[in-house]
Amino acid sequence: MNIPFLTVMTFFPLVGAAIIPFLPRSKGGLIKWTALIATIPSLVLAFWLYFNFEQGFAGMQFVEGPFDWIAAFHIQYYLGMDGLAAPMAFLTQLIGTIAVIASWRIDKQIKGYFALLLLLQTGMTGVFVALDFFLFYIFWELMLLPMYFLIGIWGGPRREYAAIKFFLYTLLGSVMMLLVMIAMYFYSTGNTFNMLTLMDQTTHIGPLTSHTFRIVCWAALMICFAIKVPVFPFHTWLPDAHVEAPTAVSVILAGILLKMGTYGMIRFCFPMFPDITKELVLWIVVFGVINIIYGALCAMAQKDFKRLVAYSSISHMGFCLIGMASFTSIGMNGAVLQMFNHGTITAQLFLLVGVIYDRVHHRDIDGFGGLAKIMPRYAVFTAIAFFAALGLPGLSGFISEALCLIGAFKTWPWYTIVSAIGVVLTAAYFLWAYQRVFLGQVNEKYKGLAEINAREMVTLVPLVAIVFILGVYPKAMLGIMDATLTNINAIFKM
Amino acid sequence: MSNITSLQFFIPELILSGTSILLLCLAAIKGITPHPQPSPLVGEGKGEGAIASYIASAGLLAALVFGIMQWGTVNEALFMNMLTLDKPAEFFRVIFIVTALAIIVFSRRSRELISDIRGKSFPLLCKEGLGEVDLPHPTSPYKGEEFLTPKSNSFDDAYEYYSLILGLVVGMSLLAQARNLLMIYLSLEFVGLISYVLVGFAKDSVRSSEAGLKYMLFGAVASGVFLFGASIFYGLTGTLDIISSPGPTLGSIIAYVVAGLFMLGGFLFKIAAVPMHAWCPDAYEGAPTPITALLSVAPKAAGFAVLIRVFGAEGFSFGWPFLIAIVSTITMTFGNLAAIPQMNVKRLLAYSSIAHAGYLLMGIACATPKGNEAVYFYFIAYLLMNLGAFLVVQIMSNKTGSEDISAFVGIARCGPFGAAVAIAMTIFLLSLTGVPPFVGFIGKFYLFSAVIDAKLYWLAIVGIANSVVSLYYYMRIVKAMFFDAPQPEYSLSPEGIGTPSLLTILSLAVVIFGLAWSPIAYITKSLII
Repeated sequence: MNIPFLTVMTFFPLVGAAIIPFLPRSKGGLIKWTALIATIPSLVLAFWLYFNFEQGFAGMQFVEGPFDWIAAFHIQYYLGMDGLAAPMAFLTQLIGTIAVIASWRIDKQIKGYFALLLLLQTGMTGVFVALDFFLFYIFWELMLLPMYFLIGIWGGPRREYAAIKFFLYTLLGSVMMLLVMIAMYFYSTGNTFNMLTLMDQTTHIGPLTSHTFRIVCWAALMICFAIKVPVFPFHTWLPDAHVEAPTAVSVILAGILLKMGTYGMIRFCFPMFPDITKELVLWIVVFGVINIIYGALCAMAQKDFKRLVAYSSISHMGFCLIGMASFTSIGMNGAVLQMFNHGTITAQLFLLVGVIYDRVHHRDIDGFGGLAKIMPRYAVFTAIAFFAALGLPGLSGFISEALCLIGAFKTWPWYTIVSAIGVVLTAAYFLWAYQRVFLGQVNEKYKGLAEINAREMVTLVPLVAIVFILGVYPKAMLGIMDATLTNINAIFKM
Repeated sequence: MSNITSLQFFIPELILSGTSILLLCLAAIKGITPHPQPSPLVGEGKGEGAIASYIASAGLLAALVFGIMQWGTVNEALFMNMLTLDKPAEFFRVIFIVTALAIIVFSRRSRELISDIRGKSFPLLCKEGLGEVDLPHPTSPYKGEEFLTPKSNSFDDAYEYYSLILGLVVGMSLLAQARNLLMIYLSLEFVGLISYVLVGFAKDSVRSSEAGLKYMLFGAVASGVFLFGASIFYGLTGTLDIISSPGPTLGSIIAYVVAGLFMLGGFLFKIAAVPMHAWCPDAYEGAPTPITALLSVAPKAAGFAVLIRVFGAEGFSFGWPFLIAIVSTITMTFGNLAAIPQMNVKRLLAYSSIAHAGYLLMGIACATPKGNEAVYFYFIAYLLMNLGAFLVVQIMSNKTGSEDISAFVGIARCGPFGAAVAIAMTIFLLSLTGVPPFVGFIGKFYLFSAVIDAKLYWLAIVGIANSVVSLYYYMRIVKAMFFDAPQPEYSLSPEGIGTPSLLTILSLAVVIFGLAWSPIAYITKSLII
């Protein structure tokens, strides 16, 4: 068994990205199909890996390497996935394919757009499967460039501002991570970037054993990831980026990029600095609660449909934070399941916003009314997504939020009660928005709107299916991640 | 080692000097013919300008071959302890020669160097550096290509020009090898004087002449400052040889600090670090682009070479690393902040090069072999990405007659070559920012590693904060190239094969060495053992 599955899954889209610039500019269809075909093998492979994933095994699977990459610095090419990375890596392939289909109507500089989209997918997958800190960093940054261009070239009216804001914020976070990475390299026995070795605290030497230094490192990593999540007060780039980004890019941004923040926290901060995590965990909870409440209140105040969804993301990611900070197996499982579910649900929401925006070219929530009569099928899809997002039992969002809250309640009862208010607020703003857009008086202006079409349905149906399946059978995902997360959590039991 | 036996280690410099003199003789011969034919520089690669560039390239290549053949010579004290030929000196000599070779490719296509259009009609040089931006390409009444195509392709001082470039390489090579204070002073002056002439080489352009004069005035002061410090040092130790000087044993430590401070001032001038940076933006903006590119890399490398040698010597073991850390902080912060509002890309890159001097000084401030290694590594990275960025500036100014950011608007949509140039420029700029997977990131990685290893955490934080700031102004150029549409549309096409090939080589090198830098790591590691 020496087939490098993860390498193929990570780099196949890159092959597409390399071919596309050489296709003729006039053949738009050919370019789009090439892009789509480039994402398919990774998606198929993701399914194959899902069914071959050994459940109940906590360690890394499908490991490749470690191979020496730069011997002088002990930098290795080392890939693998465990129960934490696997759901995210699978989600990335799914969202990647959906993003290509959702971009079918792009008509400006098609070659550049699809090449960047594929490059972005490689970067994102790489982040989740890298097991060498340096490799991780390269992928982490690799993803910034395509994102910057995708927002900046194909975005809305304030795209330049949104793009540079996104880039500056994230770069600030990543350079902090760079310093911590270098410090950990020098202050580990044998100087290594190997993430699995660094998780063993007995390899930490020198200043990395001093309490203050560890707090600084932990905080720097935490801020880097918090910018990505985004955690209040580092969230301001997110609404701007989302509102200006084209639909498919919003889907990727909300579906995958935000998860990298929480993924990083659980992958780096928790196992590498468990002592500090335990000491400062209250901050994670506090900011998690702020995220939930603040995000929900902001969402309620929005007039722009897309901004509402963007703020709802901030609110939902708060549940991940309190879930992981609970130090219970249930909470941790809830947090990672919430990451996955939020990826599928928010992707739907952004796709749905894109559907209506394509037709009327505005997103003013109060500017619609009675759309359910004009576009009944669209109204149904939106209803499913909204209910999944607000946590209706039977749909996937409910399971993960409930797990987060149950887990957190054991450790932080009062904070959990406060954050439960967020659930009510979430229901309030989603239902209110639904009411304004779909119910009530039919807006005469939009009488003739076309119903949601087949291509748009293709992007939505897989996500809806996942929402239903995980709503009734969450074990389909929990089975994969439980062993790993229980293992990570075990550090804190001591 | 005696003078005669030293010569065997001096072959590259001898070749370069010989070629330089040969070119001067040819220039003189041309001068006495009654009607000198204008020598084509651009175009079909014929004529005296092209011949001069071939002769110069041949000389440089020969020197490069001999330079590489000598690789591995360890600490030969040449010419009665005037020079030391060690691995870093050999390394820097290769850097200088490679830079000069690239600059020849630049020069062959530079419209600023052609006297026929220089000063008379080339809008860049007509505006005389007064800051008036009245001719941003396509909207200007001048129709790009047609207007800018020189009529006779004349570059009547090509021999002198290439002769000076070769002379500059010899001077820098001497500076990198010098171990005697007098020798250091002489080579500093040698490099300085040739630089002044080259900056002002577009003789009939006021902008260029002004830049040359300004550079010379500042340079004279800096030389005086260095000489003053050197004389105090001589007075204290009784020797001009820095390697064998006894260190701060005689006299008060304050006198040593003062001497070190003044000598440092002289070196800081060469590397354009605050507070000796004031010449840099004007000289860079005014000089013809090939010369700007040359100055931004080679003399800076020479300055760092001599800085490492002098301040790495035993005799200088007094609190200078902290001083350099302070200078580094101020330099990079100033360079980055001052670059933000710039509208002229050449000037923006001038400030960016000040910032990069600041980054490089972080490596010196470590005062460790790792720090030096990081500096060596960074210079390879810097050579590739900075030359690349200036090459794009030259391609654009040749086409549009402007160096403003507005001239870069929408080039990503100006045909396949336009897109290629835009992508290449993006690679260079992101590499300068220090974003992976480009070689500039690896350079920064080396620098920060050295800084953290030396436990200068605060300096590392200043450094990363500056990297983030620099992203903003580099991205202004990227934004112009990609986000905005050109008005009106035009097509960018390559001229000849020299510049497009060099552009390809540089951008590929930036990417490839960003992903697989083991070869460079091997070389730089061998320099510090």
